[in-house]
Amino acid sequence: MRIDGTEATAEPRPGQCLRTYLREQGATAVKKGCDAGDCGACTVLLDGAPVQSCLVPAHRAADAEVVTAAGLGRFGPGGDPDADPEALHPVQRAFVEAAAFQCGFCTAGLVCTVAGTPPPVGELKGNLCRCTGYRSIRDALAGRVNTEVAEPGQAFGRAVVAPAAARVVSGREAYTLDEPAPPGLLHVAVLGSPHPHARIIRIDATAARRAPGVHLVLTHHDVPDTLYSTARHENRLDDPDDTRMLDPVLRFVGQRVAVAVAETPRQARAALALVDVEYETLPAVFDPEAARQPGAPLIHPGRTPDEHRVADASRNVVAQLHEEYAEPGHGGVDAALAASAATVEGTWTTDRVNHVALETHGARAWLSPGPSAGAEQPVLHVRTSTQVPFLVRDELARLLDLPEERVRVVAGRVGGGFGGKQELLVEDVVALAALRTGRPVQWELSREQQFTMVPCRHPMRIGVRAGADADGHLTALAIDVLADTGAYGNHAPGVLFHGVHESMAVYRAPNKRVDAESVYTNNVPSGAFRGYGLGQVQFAIEGAIDELAARLGIDPVEMRRRNVIRPGDPFVVGRPVDGDLEYGSYGLDQCLDLVEEALAREPSPVEPPPAVEPVETWLHGEWSVGTGVALAMIATIPPRGHFTHARVTVGADGDFVVDVGTAEFGNGTTTVHAQIAATELGVPVDRVRVRSSDTATAGYDTGAFGSAGSVVAGLAVQRAAQSLKTTLDSLSAGHLSGRTDAIAQIASTQLAGVWAEATHDGSPRSVAFNVHGFRVAVHRGTGEVRILRSVHAADAGVVINPEQLRGQIDGGVGQALGSAMTERMVVRDGVVVTRTLRHYRMPQLSDVPVTEVLFADTVDRLGPRGAKSMSEAPYNPVAPALANAIADATGVRPRDLPIQRDRLWELLGATSDR
Amino acid sequence: MDLDIDTVRTARTRADCVLRPGEVFLGGGTFLYSEPVPAGVTGLVDLTGMGWEPWSVDGSGLRVAGTCTLEELVSGPGALGTDTGGPYRALGIVGQCVAALTLSAKVARTATVGGNLALGLPAGSMVGLFAALSARAVVWTPDGGSREVAVSDLVTRAGVVELARGEVIREIRVTATVLRQRTAFRRVSLTTAGRTAAMVTGCRAGDGVALVLTASVPVPHVLLVRANDHDGLDRRLGWITGLGDGAWYEDTHGSREWRAAMTRRLAHEALDELGDV
Repeated sequence: MRIDGTEATAEPRPGQCLRTYLREQGATAVKKGCDAGDCGACTVLLDGAPVQSCLVPAHRAADAEVVTAAGLGRFGPGGDPDADPEALHPVQRAFVEAAAFQCGFCTAGLVCTVAGTPPPVGELKGNLCRCTGYRSIRDALAGRVNTEVAEPGQAFGRAVVAPAAARVVSGREAYTLDEPAPPGLLHVAVLGSPHPHARIIRIDATAARRAPGVHLVLTHHDVPDTLYSTARHENRLDDPDDTRMLDPVLRFVGQRVAVAVAETPRQARAALALVDVEYETLPAVFDPEAARQPGAPLIHPGRTPDEHRVADASRNVVAQLHEEYAEPGHGGVDAALAASAATVEGTWTTDRVNHVALETHGARAWLSPGPSAGAEQPVLHVRTSTQVPFLVRDELARLLDLPEERVRVVAGRVGGGFGGKQELLVEDVVALAALRTGRPVQWELSREQQFTMVPCRHPMRIGVRAGADADGHLTALAIDVLADTGAYGNHAPGVLFHGVHESMAVYRAPNKRVDAESVYTNNVPSGAFRGYGLGQVQFAIEGAIDELAARLGIDPVEMRRRNVIRPGDPFVVGRPVDGDLEYGSYGLDQCLDLVEEALAREPSPVEPPPAVEPVETWLHGEWSVGTGVALAMIATIPPRGHFTHARVTVGADGDFVVDVGTAEFGNGTTTVHAQIAATELGVPVDRVRVRSSDTATAGYDTGAFGSAGSVVAGLAVQRAAQSLKTTLDSLSAGHLSGRTDAIAQIASTQLAGVWAEATHDGSPRSVAFNVHGFRVAVHRGTGEVRILRSVHAADAGVVINPEQLRGQIDGGVGQALGSAMTERMVVRDGVVVTRTLRHYRMPQLSDVPVTEVLFADTVDRLGPRGAKSMSEAPYNPVAPALANAIADATGVRPRDLPIQRDRLWELLGATSDR
Repeated sequence: MDLDIDTVRTARTRADCVLRPGEVFLGGGTFLYSEPVPAGVTGLVDLTGMGWEPWSVDGSGLRVAGTCTLEELVSGPGALGTDTGGPYRALGIVGQCVAALTLSAKVARTATVGGNLALGLPAGSMVGLFAALSARAVVWTPDGGSREVAVSDLVTRAGVVELARGEVIREIRVTATVLRQRTAFRRVSLTTAGRTAAMVTGCRAGDGVALVLTASVPVPHVLLVRANDHDGLDRRLGWITGLGDGAWYEDTHGSREWRAAMTRRLAHEALDELGDV
């Protein structure tokens, strides 16, 4: 076989697929997204034609010519074999210029697919992207250029290219497991619980330990007994201590029972079959309402609020909030509703949703001599796909009883996160196994394990009671939230408290009440997911507000204008919020205006139309048309401290190096940090290199969550760069004062090693806003919904990189359309049924319309150069806007997500009459 | 994905097609390599080494080899099909039937007709295609002989086909008479390119129309109705519903009730299309 022009002679193993064969030969441009032919991340050209290499038997390709993304420029269609090895193919250049990737994990497969497909490329069935919402990919296919080159010092606010772009599109950027395998690498396989609730009576790993190639087998007898939470926060006390590395009690199907470590993944899997386990099954509960009733099986009995931070273990309640507030002169929610001109009462539900980051969880651990000379104890290195390297380091040190300086955690480029990688899920296993065996150890989760073993989005049931006077002013707003946190309480308190927070606070009502509980069940655990609870609760509240407007005959946008908070208003949830949340800026009014105006006019001519035939050819008969809007507010930074440190150094080559601890997982912070530093220093953006997410080279950073990368780490980068600029200016004052290119002139020869640093504690915090609007057509006979217009307005303060921000919004909308319309983890009696992507229905290109993205014109006084965060937020208003549009079209309000065709058809009471 | 097996044999002769203990046949492999192999499977016999001609047409009709890839099916017989007439008019629905699968062109390059049939999945569109064409499958038996079975009888329950261990789908045969007929295709799924939830294929035969229901039913149903007889079609559909709870198929790609209703819509549309011209 020839791989990118190089002969490979290794014999494939029986049953080996081409994907793993190629990676074993060093062709790590070939990614694993699903290993089942559904996602396309592993696409290569096989004798010139694109194939998903995970489905191709390697033995058949023995004499084939294979081209990966890394060789596309030289050996792809039209390529020049004599060109520079890093030469890009025209398709790859188009992806760079269109900014058609975010995390970039799918990109190597995408460019191979496009390059190998004769035009027209069509709808790219067979390539999934979770980050972009596909708009920028459409742009790349059309040859549109969305990026620009900024003058020195002018990068802030410009659509500059991501620094890693060329490496990402050619598959050269190293994700978690893309570095060459260290010699002696061992592999992990984990036995999952077959029962939703059981106790291990007896477990015998003797035979497994003797199996060929096996170096280690761990059961609950062999691991630290320390309680922890997989969720990671700045303050580890935010989450309940209810988890053990290996626990004799199993609380969900798929929970770790035993760990095998062997020389090959297959040997490790084979060893698991030899682990002899006797289970005592226990009664299980899957419905969160049943779980909190008397007599329900107790899932974590004996856990206490003080020691474990479990609110009420006797009712399976992990976290709860019950608050009511009436402004002076008001008599509370019940009295206000009784006196209201119109009221609405209803229940909304959201289902289990999977993050589907294209890169699965995975980590490698190894031991090496310490970084400081003379260190006697080896340092435990962990390279992992995480959003929070420092928080992982801290908890690993605690779990393994090691000093922090003996643990180094590094994240390479992370292939998508969406909150799912704000957890400690694989690192503990590889770390302990490396310590026990002295060998490097790797664990790469399968796509199936992503569905069955790791946390998903919290499903919620939300009751809303709302009332308004005849003018549409809210008199009362009350919610009753029940969240299913599954078998463990990771992120249960955070998601619950955040979920009810900005969603309630964004509306003014003199009487408010919040009842909220997050409840253990024997389902797969829930965890952090983009929006962190807000999307679920806002789906319900925005539906109720819409319904109230309809009852009063008030335009839905006007209804919101009359009731949203304005600068100066207190933030009230179930009581007034005291804390560090401020109106650093306010653009909600603009967002409402922008969406209202956009929905009223024809689509802008520069926007390509959605990929459906012209409306007039089909829109008749059983189709009904309607519009809907919804809004969302989000705090720009997580509460209670989000710490960061940035250092900017003049490198030996005269360029500038930014060391910052936050992680790049497609959120674009590396681009943003380079733009900020280059702007402060007055240099071209390509003279700044950002080194991120390494606990040994960067100062502490809480992590890449809560949309903190731009406004927390970014502010520290800005301050450090400002400080360095001042130093450099004074050092160079004698020769070059007043010249804007002073740094450019002298840095390389005289100033190498000069540095400055800065920190930020994530306080005070501002608020950001999003409004989404849809115009939809609903087919009453089939339940099909077609999106005719999609408009999104975002209040992100001063926009740092318009193309990148637009990409974040497109991606948030696309992901939200999935949870709104098609995505659902089906779980029956605790068993996840949807275990592959082909059964899960995350959006493909053909499922996502182009959204018109608009920005409010605001300047935030807290963020770097007036910017606000905008990463999670675009997700939140999409589902309610869609439901409101469907309600407007049909008169029937969907209250349950996802609004699948079959469910909507049933809701509409459609018949099959012809 | 990598399969935990020990041997792969590439079959070159009929004698190679005799399975040894633990072996199963490998067609294109696009399904086999997408899931862990079932317990007890230790080896594969790769049928693509047999070198069967992918397809051929002559005066007696169309033959499609079990190892014909879906891409070859579309670019070969599919390209012969027309909307307007001619000797291969019936093949006009081939492209739609392949597109009905969730797989992309990249996978169609490897996936085979025989593999799709042998899976026996309700949404396996080769069943709907060839059943509508009244095709018969030639099955090689392990004793060196062969037998024929109607494609519409191949699937016995969802995911189960009427093939004994060691039997291979050698080829599919469609008669020249059928190839001249008018055919129709309809499908629906929860998303535009998602797994098919209901599919109706149809073929005109004289005064009658054969409608084949797949995806919404666990096994294919062939409904023979007179052209334009919508009441007769409703009676047939009602008879299916009368079979009870399992009559309409349900999985995560659509509820039973919705699928039944969509099937009815699609079947009437197909009957309309195949009515008098």
